[in-house]
Amino acid sequence: MMRLWKKAYVALIFLFLYAPIGVLIAQSFNASRYRGHWTGFTLQWYGELFQNEGILEALQNTITIGLSSAAVATLLGLVTCLALRGMGRRRRSVLMGVANIPLLNADIVTGISLMLLFLGLGLRLGYGTILMAHIVFNLPYVILCLMPQMLSLDRNCYDAARDLGATPLMAFRRVVLPELRPSLLAGFMLAFTMSADDFIITHFTKGAGIDTLPTEIYAELKLGIHPEMYALSTLVFVFVLVFAFLLFWNRKRMQIGQSAR
Amino acid sequence: MIKSAAMRHLFALPFLLWAALFIFVPLVFVGWYGLTGGDGQWSLANVGVLLQWEYARALELSILLALVSTLVCLLVSYPLCLILTERQRSHGALIFLLFILPMWMNSLLSTMAWQTILEKNGILNQFLRLLSLPDVTLINTPAAIVIGMIYNFLPYMVLPLYVSLSKINKNVIFAARDLGASSWQTFTRVILPLSLPGAISGITMVFIPSLTTFFISGLLGGNKVLLIGNIVEQEFTMAYDWHLGSGLSLVLMIFIIINMMLTAYFDRSEGQVKK
Repeated sequence: MMRLWKKAYVALIFLFLYAPIGVLIAQSFNASRYRGHWTGFTLQWYGELFQNEGILEALQNTITIGLSSAAVATLLGLVTCLALRGMGRRRRSVLMGVANIPLLNADIVTGISLMLLFLGLGLRLGYGTILMAHIVFNLPYVILCLMPQMLSLDRNCYDAARDLGATPLMAFRRVVLPELRPSLLAGFMLAFTMSADDFIITHFTKGAGIDTLPTEIYAELKLGIHPEMYALSTLVFVFVLVFAFLLFWNRKRMQIGQSAR
Repeated sequence: MIKSAAMRHLFALPFLLWAALFIFVPLVFVGWYGLTGGDGQWSLANVGVLLQWEYARALELSILLALVSTLVCLLVSYPLCLILTERQRSHGALIFLLFILPMWMNSLLSTMAWQTILEKNGILNQFLRLLSLPDVTLINTPAAIVIGMIYNFLPYMVLPLYVSLSKINKNVIFAARDLGASSWQTFTRVILPLSLPGAISGITMVFIPSLTTFFISGLLGGNKVLLIGNIVEQEFTMAYDWHLGSGLSLVLMIFIIINMMLTAYFDRSEGQVKK
Protein backbone atom coordinates (compact mmCIF):
# COMPACT_ATOMS: atom_id res chain seq x y z
CA MET A 1 0.00 0.00 0.00
CA MET A 2 2.76 2.38 1.05
CA ARG A 3 4.73 1.53 -2.05
CA LEU A 4 1.79 2.38 -4.23
CA TRP A 5 1.43 5.79 -2.60
CA LYS A 6 5.08 6.53 -3.17
CA LYS A 7 4.89 5.47 -6.80
CA ALA A 8 1.80 7.60 -7.34
CA TYR A 9 3.54 10.59 -5.72
CA VAL A 10 6.63 10.30 -7.90
CA ALA A 11 4.45 9.78 -10.98
CA LEU A 12 2.41 12.89 -10.19
CA ILE A 13 5.49 15.13 -9.96
CA PHE A 14 6.73 13.49 -13.12
CA LEU A 15 3.51 14.43 -14.89
CA PHE A 16 3.83 18.01 -13.63
CA LEU A 17 7.38 18.31 -14.96
CA TYR A 18 6.81 16.67 -18.34
CA ALA A 19 3.33 17.96 -19.22
CA PRO A 20 4.58 21.25 -20.71
CA ILE A 21 7.35 19.44 -22.56
CA GLY A 22 4.75 17.08 -24.00
CA VAL A 23 2.71 20.08 -25.11
CA LEU A 24 5.72 21.65 -26.83
CA ILE A 25 6.65 18.43 -28.61
CA ALA A 26 3.03 17.98 -29.73
CA GLN A 27 3.04 21.52 -31.07
CA SER A 28 6.10 20.81 -33.18
CA PHE A 29 4.00 18.21 -35.09
CA ASN A 30 0.85 20.35 -35.21
CA ALA A 31 -0.28 21.47 -38.67
CA SER A 32 -1.82 24.63 -37.20
CA ARG A 33 0.40 27.65 -36.63
CA TYR A 34 -1.57 28.56 -33.52
CA ARG A 35 -0.96 26.95 -30.19
CA GLY A 36 -3.76 25.02 -28.51
CA HIS A 37 -5.41 24.12 -31.85
CA TRP A 38 -4.72 20.62 -33.12
CA THR A 39 -5.47 20.40 -36.83
CA GLY A 40 -3.39 17.41 -37.88
CA PHE A 41 0.04 15.83 -37.91
CA THR A 42 2.83 17.33 -39.98
CA LEU A 43 6.59 17.28 -40.31
CA GLN A 44 6.51 20.56 -42.20
CA TRP A 45 8.12 22.64 -39.41
CA TYR A 46 11.13 20.36 -39.19
CA GLY A 47 11.76 20.95 -42.89
CA GLU A 48 11.21 24.70 -42.67
CA LEU A 49 13.46 24.97 -39.63
CA PHE A 50 16.50 24.67 -41.87
CA GLN A 51 15.32 27.53 -44.04
CA ASN A 52 14.46 29.93 -41.21
CA GLU A 53 17.47 32.21 -41.20
CA GLY A 54 16.44 34.11 -38.06
CA ILE A 55 16.35 30.96 -35.98
CA LEU A 56 19.52 29.51 -37.50
CA GLU A 57 21.41 32.73 -36.85
CA ALA A 58 20.20 32.79 -33.24
CA LEU A 59 21.23 29.14 -32.89
CA GLN A 60 24.67 29.95 -34.25
CA ASN A 61 25.07 32.87 -31.82
CA THR A 62 23.97 30.67 -28.92
CA ILE A 63 26.48 27.97 -29.79
CA THR A 64 29.46 30.24 -30.49
CA ILE A 65 28.82 32.43 -27.42
CA GLY A 66 28.28 29.30 -25.31
CA LEU A 67 31.49 27.61 -26.46
CA SER A 68 33.74 30.65 -26.28
CA SER A 69 32.39 31.95 -22.96
CA ALA A 70 32.69 28.48 -21.44
CA ALA A 71 36.27 28.16 -22.76
CA VAL A 72 37.40 31.54 -21.41
CA ALA A 73 35.63 30.95 -18.07
CA THR A 74 37.29 27.54 -17.75
CA LEU A 75 40.73 28.98 -18.43
CA LEU A 76 40.23 31.90 -16.05
CA GLY A 77 38.73 29.53 -13.48
CA LEU A 78 41.76 27.24 -13.71
CA VAL A 79 44.25 30.07 -13.13
CA THR A 80 42.10 31.43 -10.28
CA CYS A 81 41.78 28.04 -8.58
CA LEU A 82 45.56 27.53 -8.82
CA ALA A 83 46.03 30.86 -7.04
CA LEU A 84 43.33 30.07 -4.46
CA ARG A 85 44.94 26.73 -3.63
CA GLY A 86 48.09 28.43 -2.42
CA MET A 87 46.27 30.91 -0.21
CA GLY A 88 45.38 30.78 3.47
CA ARG A 89 41.91 29.66 4.45
CA ARG A 90 40.65 33.14 5.34
CA ARG A 91 41.78 34.86 2.18
CA ARG A 92 40.52 31.99 0.08
CA SER A 93 37.04 32.12 1.57
CA VAL A 94 36.85 35.89 1.05
CA LEU A 95 37.82 35.54 -2.62
CA MET A 96 35.44 32.60 -3.11
CA GLY A 97 32.69 34.80 -1.65
CA VAL A 98 33.47 37.52 -4.18
CA ALA A 99 33.56 34.97 -7.01
CA ASN A 100 30.13 33.68 -6.00
CA ILE A 101 28.42 37.08 -6.15
CA PRO A 102 27.10 36.66 -9.73
CA LEU A 103 25.77 33.24 -8.75
CA LEU A 104 23.93 34.41 -5.64
CA ASN A 105 22.78 37.75 -7.00
CA ALA A 106 19.49 37.88 -8.88
CA ASP A 107 19.97 37.56 -12.65
CA ILE A 108 18.03 40.73 -13.27
CA VAL A 109 20.39 42.74 -11.02
CA THR A 110 23.49 41.17 -12.62
CA GLY A 111 22.08 41.91 -16.07
CA ILE A 112 21.27 45.52 -15.25
CA SER A 113 24.59 46.16 -13.51
CA LEU A 114 26.54 44.82 -16.49
CA MET A 115 24.44 46.84 -18.92
CA LEU A 116 25.17 50.00 -16.93
CA LEU A 117 28.89 49.11 -16.92
CA PHE A 118 29.06 48.49 -20.68
CA LEU A 119 27.18 51.66 -21.51
CA GLY A 120 29.21 53.57 -18.92
CA LEU A 121 32.40 52.42 -20.65
CA GLY A 122 30.97 53.64 -23.94
CA LEU A 123 30.69 50.18 -25.48
CA ARG A 124 28.01 49.38 -28.01
CA LEU A 125 25.75 46.55 -26.85
CA GLY A 126 26.09 43.55 -29.14
CA TYR A 127 27.85 40.23 -29.58
CA GLY A 128 30.89 41.29 -27.56
CA THR A 129 28.95 42.53 -24.54
CA ILE A 130 26.82 39.35 -24.46
CA LEU A 131 30.02 37.30 -24.56
CA MET A 132 31.60 39.23 -21.67
CA ALA A 133 28.43 38.99 -19.60
CA HIS A 134 28.29 35.24 -20.15
CA ILE A 135 31.91 34.83 -19.01
CA VAL A 136 31.00 36.79 -15.87
CA PHE A 137 28.19 34.49 -14.79
CA ASN A 138 29.95 31.30 -16.02
CA LEU A 139 33.09 31.82 -13.94
CA PRO A 140 31.51 30.91 -10.55
CA TYR A 141 30.15 27.65 -11.99
CA VAL A 142 33.61 26.66 -13.22
CA ILE A 143 35.23 27.53 -9.88
CA LEU A 144 32.49 25.57 -8.07
CA CYS A 145 33.26 22.48 -10.18
CA LEU A 146 37.03 22.84 -10.07
CA MET A 147 37.84 23.92 -6.50
CA PRO A 148 37.10 20.67 -4.59
CA GLN A 149 39.39 18.65 -6.85
CA MET A 150 42.02 21.39 -6.81
CA LEU A 151 42.11 21.28 -3.00
CA SER A 152 42.37 17.50 -2.84
CA LEU A 153 45.30 17.34 -5.29
CA ASP A 154 48.35 15.59 -3.85
CA ARG A 155 51.22 18.02 -4.15
CA ASN A 156 53.76 15.23 -3.66
CA CYS A 157 53.06 14.03 -7.20
CA TYR A 158 53.99 17.45 -8.53
CA ASP A 159 57.09 17.60 -6.34
CA ALA A 160 58.13 14.13 -7.45
CA ALA A 161 57.85 15.18 -11.08
CA ARG A 162 59.97 18.27 -10.34
CA ASP A 163 62.58 16.16 -8.52
CA LEU A 164 62.75 13.85 -11.50
CA GLY A 165 63.73 16.83 -13.60
CA ALA A 166 60.47 18.11 -15.08
CA THR A 167 60.14 21.85 -15.62
CA PRO A 168 57.23 23.44 -13.70
CA LEU A 169 55.25 23.75 -16.92
CA MET A 170 55.91 20.16 -17.90
CA ALA A 171 55.03 18.87 -14.42
CA PHE A 172 51.82 20.86 -14.56
CA ARG A 173 50.91 19.58 -18.00
CA ARG A 174 51.78 15.94 -17.41
CA VAL A 175 50.86 15.48 -13.74
CA VAL A 176 48.39 18.11 -12.54
CA LEU A 177 46.31 18.69 -15.64
CA PRO A 178 45.31 15.01 -16.25
CA GLU A 179 44.19 14.89 -12.62
CA LEU A 180 41.96 17.95 -13.12
CA ARG A 181 40.55 16.93 -16.49
CA PRO A 182 37.20 15.51 -15.28
CA SER A 183 36.27 18.60 -13.27
CA LEU A 184 37.52 20.94 -16.00
CA LEU A 185 35.23 19.12 -18.41
CA ALA A 186 32.33 19.24 -15.96
CA GLY A 187 32.86 22.96 -15.42
CA PHE A 188 33.04 23.61 -19.15
CA MET A 189 29.84 21.68 -19.84
CA LEU A 190 27.95 23.31 -16.98
CA ALA A 191 29.10 26.73 -18.17
CA PHE A 192 28.02 25.98 -21.75
CA THR A 193 24.59 24.83 -20.55
CA MET A 194 24.09 27.92 -18.40
CA SER A 195 25.17 30.17 -21.25
CA ALA A 196 22.90 28.50 -23.81
CA ASP A 197 19.90 28.68 -21.47
CA ASP A 198 20.40 32.21 -20.19
CA PHE A 199 17.68 34.66 -21.05
CA ILE A 200 17.61 37.37 -18.40
CA ILE A 201 21.24 38.57 -18.47
CA THR A 202 21.39 38.35 -22.28
CA HIS A 203 18.14 40.33 -22.47
CA PHE A 204 19.80 43.31 -20.79
CA THR A 205 23.26 43.11 -22.36
CA LYS A 206 22.32 42.50 -25.99
CA GLY A 207 21.82 45.36 -28.39
CA ALA A 208 19.30 45.67 -31.20
CA GLY A 209 19.79 43.35 -34.16
CA ILE A 210 21.39 40.42 -32.36
CA ASP A 211 19.63 37.51 -30.70
CA THR A 212 20.45 34.25 -29.01
CA LEU A 213 17.81 31.51 -29.02
CA PRO A 214 16.22 32.54 -25.69
CA THR A 215 15.95 36.22 -26.65
CA GLU A 216 14.69 35.25 -30.12
CA ILE A 217 11.95 33.24 -28.41
CA TYR A 218 11.13 36.20 -26.17
CA ALA A 219 10.84 38.48 -29.20
CA GLU A 220 8.57 35.98 -30.95
CA LEU A 221 6.33 35.57 -27.90
CA LYS A 222 4.52 38.82 -28.60
CA LEU A 223 3.57 37.92 -32.17
CA GLY A 224 3.27 34.18 -31.75
CA ILE A 225 6.10 31.65 -31.77
CA HIS A 226 7.20 30.31 -35.14
CA PRO A 227 6.39 26.58 -35.12
CA GLU A 228 9.95 25.93 -36.33
CA MET A 229 11.07 26.97 -32.86
CA TYR A 230 9.10 24.09 -31.34
CA ALA A 231 10.76 21.74 -33.82
CA LEU A 232 14.22 23.00 -32.84
CA SER A 233 13.48 22.72 -29.11
CA THR A 234 12.20 19.18 -29.58
CA LEU A 235 15.38 18.24 -31.43
CA VAL A 236 17.58 19.79 -28.72
CA PHE A 237 15.63 18.10 -25.94
CA VAL A 238 15.78 14.67 -27.60
CA PHE A 239 19.51 15.15 -28.19
CA VAL A 240 20.14 15.99 -24.51
CA LEU A 241 17.94 13.09 -23.41
CA VAL A 242 19.84 10.57 -25.52
CA PHE A 243 23.19 12.06 -24.49
CA ALA A 244 22.29 11.90 -20.77
CA PHE A 245 21.15 8.29 -21.01
CA LEU A 246 24.26 7.23 -22.91
CA LEU A 247 26.40 8.89 -20.26
CA PHE A 248 24.43 7.24 -17.47
CA TRP A 249 24.43 3.83 -19.13
CA ASN A 250 28.16 4.04 -19.81
CA ARG A 251 28.92 4.98 -16.20
CA LYS A 252 26.75 2.18 -14.87
CA ARG A 253 28.46 -0.35 -17.12
CA MET A 254 31.85 0.85 -15.95
CA GLN A 255 30.75 0.52 -12.32
CA ILE A 256 29.54 -3.02 -12.93
CA GLY A 257 32.80 -3.79 -14.70
CA GLN A 258 34.79 -2.47 -11.75
CA SER A 259 32.83 -4.38 -9.11
CA ALA A 260 33.17 -7.59 -11.14
CA ARG A 261 36.95 -7.32 -11.09
CA MET B 1 52.49 23.79 -6.20
CA ILE B 2 53.03 27.50 -6.49
CA LYS B 3 55.77 28.18 -3.98
CA SER B 4 56.66 31.83 -4.19
CA ALA B 5 54.22 34.43 -2.97
CA ALA B 6 55.02 36.62 -5.96
CA MET B 7 54.02 33.85 -8.34
CA ARG B 8 50.81 33.27 -6.38
CA HIS B 9 49.90 36.93 -6.62
CA LEU B 10 50.59 36.83 -10.34
CA PHE B 11 48.10 33.96 -10.70
CA ALA B 12 45.51 35.74 -8.58
CA LEU B 13 45.87 38.96 -10.56
CA PRO B 14 43.60 38.11 -13.54
CA PHE B 15 40.78 37.19 -11.20
CA LEU B 16 41.20 40.28 -9.02
CA LEU B 17 41.15 42.56 -12.06
CA TRP B 18 38.21 40.64 -13.46
CA ALA B 19 36.24 40.80 -10.21
CA ALA B 20 36.94 44.51 -9.82
CA LEU B 21 35.81 45.37 -13.34
CA PHE B 22 32.90 42.96 -13.82
CA ILE B 23 31.57 42.38 -10.30
CA PHE B 24 32.44 45.39 -8.17
CA VAL B 25 32.23 48.33 -10.60
CA PRO B 26 28.83 47.23 -12.06
CA LEU B 27 27.33 47.16 -8.58
CA VAL B 28 28.76 50.64 -7.92
CA PHE B 29 26.97 51.77 -11.10
CA VAL B 30 23.68 50.38 -9.79
CA GLY B 31 24.26 52.09 -6.46
CA TRP B 32 25.11 55.39 -8.11
CA TYR B 33 22.10 55.38 -10.45
CA GLY B 34 19.83 54.17 -7.66
CA LEU B 35 20.80 56.91 -5.25
CA THR B 36 20.83 59.86 -7.64
CA GLY B 37 18.05 61.65 -9.49
CA GLY B 38 17.94 62.59 -13.18
CA ASP B 39 19.75 65.84 -12.33
CA GLY B 40 22.74 63.98 -10.89
CA GLN B 41 22.02 65.04 -7.29
CA TRP B 42 21.95 62.54 -4.46
CA SER B 43 18.41 61.53 -3.64
CA LEU B 44 16.48 58.74 -2.02
CA ALA B 45 13.47 59.26 -4.27
CA ASN B 46 14.11 56.07 -6.29
CA VAL B 47 13.97 53.92 -3.20
CA GLY B 48 11.28 56.06 -1.60
CA VAL B 49 8.75 55.20 -4.32
CA LEU B 50 8.06 52.08 -2.30
CA LEU B 51 5.95 54.30 -0.04
CA GLN B 52 3.58 54.70 -2.98
CA TRP B 53 0.75 52.23 -3.06
CA GLU B 54 1.37 50.60 -6.46
CA TYR B 55 5.06 49.93 -5.85
CA ALA B 56 4.49 48.71 -2.29
CA ARG B 57 1.73 46.43 -3.55
CA ALA B 58 4.02 44.92 -6.23
CA LEU B 59 6.81 44.31 -3.71
CA GLU B 60 4.41 42.81 -1.19
CA LEU B 61 2.89 40.50 -3.79
CA SER B 62 6.35 39.47 -5.06
CA ILE B 63 7.47 38.54 -1.56
CA LEU B 64 4.24 36.65 -0.89
CA LEU B 65 4.37 34.65 -4.15
CA ALA B 66 8.07 33.91 -3.70
CA LEU B 67 7.43 32.65 -0.16
CA VAL B 68 4.52 30.47 -1.29
CA SER B 69 6.44 28.95 -4.19
CA THR B 70 9.53 28.34 -2.02
CA LEU B 71 7.41 26.63 0.63
CA VAL B 72 5.58 24.46 -1.91
CA CYS B 73 8.88 23.51 -3.56
CA LEU B 74 10.29 22.48 -0.18
CA LEU B 75 7.21 20.50 0.84
CA VAL B 76 7.00 18.75 -2.53
CA SER B 77 10.74 17.98 -2.86
CA TYR B 78 11.33 16.62 0.62
CA PRO B 79 9.17 13.47 0.35
CA LEU B 80 10.33 13.06 -3.25
CA CYS B 81 14.01 13.08 -2.31
CA LEU B 82 13.36 10.75 0.63
CA ILE B 83 11.67 8.29 -1.72
CA LEU B 84 14.52 8.58 -4.22
CA THR B 85 17.23 7.96 -1.62
CA GLU B 86 15.39 4.87 -0.36
CA ARG B 87 15.84 3.29 -3.76
CA GLN B 88 18.82 1.36 -4.94
CA ARG B 89 21.53 3.87 -5.71
CA SER B 90 21.66 3.49 -9.50
CA HIS B 91 17.88 3.28 -9.77
CA GLY B 92 17.45 6.42 -7.66
CA ALA B 93 20.08 8.26 -9.70
CA LEU B 94 18.27 7.41 -12.92
CA ILE B 95 14.97 8.80 -11.64
CA PHE B 96 16.85 11.83 -10.34
CA LEU B 97 18.29 12.38 -13.81
CA LEU B 98 14.78 12.38 -15.22
CA PHE B 99 13.79 15.04 -12.70
CA ILE B 100 16.48 17.49 -13.73
CA LEU B 101 16.25 16.88 -17.50
CA PRO B 102 13.33 19.32 -17.98
CA MET B 103 15.82 22.09 -17.11
CA TRP B 104 17.24 21.63 -20.60
CA MET B 105 14.00 22.72 -22.23
CA ASN B 106 14.04 26.46 -22.72
CA SER B 107 12.25 27.99 -19.75
CA LEU B 108 10.43 30.63 -21.81
CA LEU B 109 8.93 27.94 -24.03
CA SER B 110 7.87 25.67 -21.20
CA THR B 111 6.35 28.60 -19.31
CA MET B 112 4.41 29.41 -22.45
CA ALA B 113 3.30 25.78 -22.63
CA TRP B 114 1.77 26.32 -19.17
CA GLN B 115 -0.24 29.12 -20.76
CA THR B 116 -1.60 26.55 -23.24
CA ILE B 117 -2.42 24.20 -20.39
CA LEU B 118 -4.00 26.68 -17.99
CA GLU B 119 -5.87 29.09 -20.27
CA LYS B 120 -9.66 29.37 -20.46
CA ASN B 121 -10.09 26.78 -23.20
CA GLY B 122 -6.77 25.17 -22.38
CA ILE B 123 -5.81 21.55 -21.96
CA LEU B 124 -6.61 21.44 -18.24
CA ASN B 125 -10.12 22.81 -18.66
CA GLN B 126 -10.82 20.54 -21.65
CA PHE B 127 -9.74 17.61 -19.51
CA LEU B 128 -12.02 18.74 -16.66
CA ARG B 129 -14.95 19.09 -19.07
CA LEU B 130 -14.30 15.55 -20.25
CA LEU B 131 -14.80 14.43 -16.66
CA SER B 132 -17.85 16.77 -16.44
CA LEU B 133 -16.14 18.81 -13.75
CA PRO B 134 -16.46 22.61 -13.54
CA ASP B 135 -13.81 24.79 -15.21
CA VAL B 136 -11.06 26.41 -13.20
CA THR B 137 -9.86 29.96 -13.81
CA LEU B 138 -6.12 30.00 -13.32
CA ILE B 139 -4.58 31.98 -16.15
CA ASN B 140 -3.78 35.62 -15.33
CA THR B 141 -4.07 34.98 -11.61
CA PRO B 142 -1.33 34.85 -8.97
CA ALA B 143 -1.97 31.08 -8.73
CA ALA B 144 -0.80 30.60 -12.33
CA ILE B 145 2.36 32.60 -11.59
CA VAL B 146 3.07 30.39 -8.57
CA ILE B 147 2.64 27.28 -10.74
CA GLY B 148 5.09 28.75 -13.24
CA MET B 149 7.61 29.56 -10.49
CA ILE B 150 7.34 26.07 -9.00
CA TYR B 151 7.78 24.53 -12.43
CA ASN B 152 10.85 26.61 -13.25
CA PHE B 153 12.62 26.43 -9.90
CA LEU B 154 11.66 23.01 -8.47
CA PRO B 155 14.89 21.40 -9.76
CA TYR B 156 16.91 23.99 -7.79
CA MET B 157 15.31 22.62 -4.62
CA VAL B 158 15.47 18.93 -5.58
CA LEU B 159 19.16 19.13 -6.54
CA PRO B 160 20.77 20.23 -3.22
CA LEU B 161 18.20 18.37 -1.13
CA TYR B 162 18.83 15.08 -2.91
CA VAL B 163 22.59 15.52 -2.59
CA SER B 164 22.46 16.21 1.16
CA LEU B 165 19.94 13.41 1.83
CA SER B 166 21.89 10.83 -0.15
CA LYS B 167 25.05 11.75 1.79
CA ILE B 168 23.50 10.65 5.10
CA ASN B 169 25.10 7.43 6.24
CA LYS B 170 22.42 4.72 6.45
CA ASN B 171 24.10 3.32 9.58
CA VAL B 172 23.31 6.53 11.48
CA ILE B 173 19.62 5.95 10.76
CA PHE B 174 19.87 2.28 11.75
CA ALA B 175 21.66 3.28 14.96
CA ALA B 176 18.86 5.69 15.88
CA ARG B 177 16.28 2.96 15.30
CA ASP B 178 18.33 0.43 17.27
CA LEU B 179 18.52 2.86 20.18
CA GLY B 180 14.74 2.93 20.31
CA ALA B 181 13.79 6.03 18.32
CA SER B 182 10.46 5.82 16.52
CA SER B 183 10.51 6.46 12.79
CA TRP B 184 9.10 9.94 13.46
CA GLN B 185 11.81 10.66 16.03
CA THR B 186 14.45 9.36 13.65
CA PHE B 187 13.13 11.73 11.03
CA THR B 188 12.94 14.86 13.20
CA ARG B 189 16.09 14.28 15.24
CA VAL B 190 18.44 12.69 12.70
CA ILE B 191 17.39 13.03 9.07
CA LEU B 192 15.97 16.55 9.23
CA PRO B 193 18.97 18.20 10.96
CA LEU B 194 21.43 16.42 8.67
CA SER B 195 19.58 17.54 5.55
CA LEU B 196 19.28 21.16 6.73
CA PRO B 197 22.22 22.52 4.68
CA GLY B 198 20.66 21.14 1.49
CA ALA B 199 17.27 22.56 2.39
CA ILE B 200 18.75 25.99 3.17
CA SER B 201 20.61 26.23 -0.12
CA GLY B 202 17.49 25.01 -1.92
CA ILE B 203 15.42 27.73 -0.25
CA THR B 204 17.91 30.40 -1.33
CA MET B 205 18.06 29.09 -4.87
CA VAL B 206 14.27 29.12 -5.25
CA PHE B 207 13.42 32.28 -3.31
CA ILE B 208 15.74 34.73 -5.10
CA PRO B 209 14.72 33.93 -8.70
CA SER B 210 11.05 33.76 -7.67
CA LEU B 211 11.25 37.15 -6.01
CA THR B 212 12.88 38.79 -9.03
CA THR B 213 11.29 37.03 -12.00
CA PHE B 214 9.61 39.05 -14.71
CA PHE B 215 8.89 36.71 -17.60
CA ILE B 216 6.92 34.16 -15.59
CA SER B 217 4.59 36.86 -14.30
CA GLY B 218 4.52 38.45 -17.75
CA LEU B 219 3.47 35.21 -19.46
CA LEU B 220 1.14 33.71 -16.88
CA GLY B 221 -0.09 36.88 -15.18
CA GLY B 222 -1.05 38.54 -18.46
CA ASN B 223 0.09 42.01 -17.30
CA LYS B 224 -2.75 41.99 -14.79
CA VAL B 225 -0.44 41.00 -11.99
CA LEU B 226 2.61 43.23 -11.71
CA LEU B 227 5.61 41.99 -9.73
CA ILE B 228 8.64 44.04 -8.70
CA GLY B 229 10.72 42.31 -11.40
CA ASN B 230 8.29 43.47 -14.09
CA ILE B 231 8.57 47.06 -12.90
CA VAL B 232 12.38 46.98 -12.88
CA GLU B 233 12.46 45.40 -16.35
CA GLN B 234 10.06 48.00 -17.74
CA GLU B 235 12.07 50.88 -16.30
CA PHE B 236 15.10 49.67 -18.24
CA THR B 237 13.61 48.45 -21.52
CA MET B 238 10.55 50.64 -21.99
CA ALA B 239 10.42 53.64 -19.68
CA TYR B 240 14.18 54.27 -19.72
CA ASP B 241 14.21 55.51 -16.14
CA TRP B 242 17.48 53.90 -15.10
CA HIS B 243 17.52 55.76 -11.82
CA LEU B 244 14.19 54.32 -10.70
CA GLY B 245 15.06 50.85 -11.99
CA SER B 246 18.40 50.91 -10.16
CA GLY B 247 16.74 52.16 -6.97
CA LEU B 248 14.35 49.20 -7.01
CA SER B 249 17.26 46.86 -7.81
CA LEU B 250 18.96 48.13 -4.67
CA VAL B 251 15.86 47.15 -2.71
CA LEU B 252 16.03 43.67 -4.26
CA MET B 253 19.70 43.45 -3.31
CA ILE B 254 18.79 44.07 0.33
CA PHE B 255 16.70 40.88 0.22
CA ILE B 256 19.52 39.00 -1.47
CA ILE B 257 21.99 40.12 1.21
CA ILE B 258 19.58 39.12 4.02
CA ASN B 259 19.19 35.75 2.32
CA MET B 260 22.97 35.28 2.02
CA MET B 261 23.48 36.22 5.67
CA LEU B 262 20.85 33.73 6.80
CA THR B 263 22.52 31.01 4.73
CA ALA B 264 25.94 31.85 6.19
CA TYR B 265 24.45 31.85 9.70
CA PHE B 266 22.89 28.40 9.28
CA ASP B 267 26.08 27.07 7.73
CA ARG B 268 28.06 28.24 10.75
CA SER B 269 25.64 26.87 13.34
CA GLU B 270 25.75 23.59 11.41
CA GLY B 271 29.54 23.55 11.83
CA GLN B 272 29.20 24.12 15.56
CA VAL B 273 26.86 21.16 15.94
CA LYS B 274 29.47 18.93 14.34
CA LYS B 275 32.12 19.97 16.85
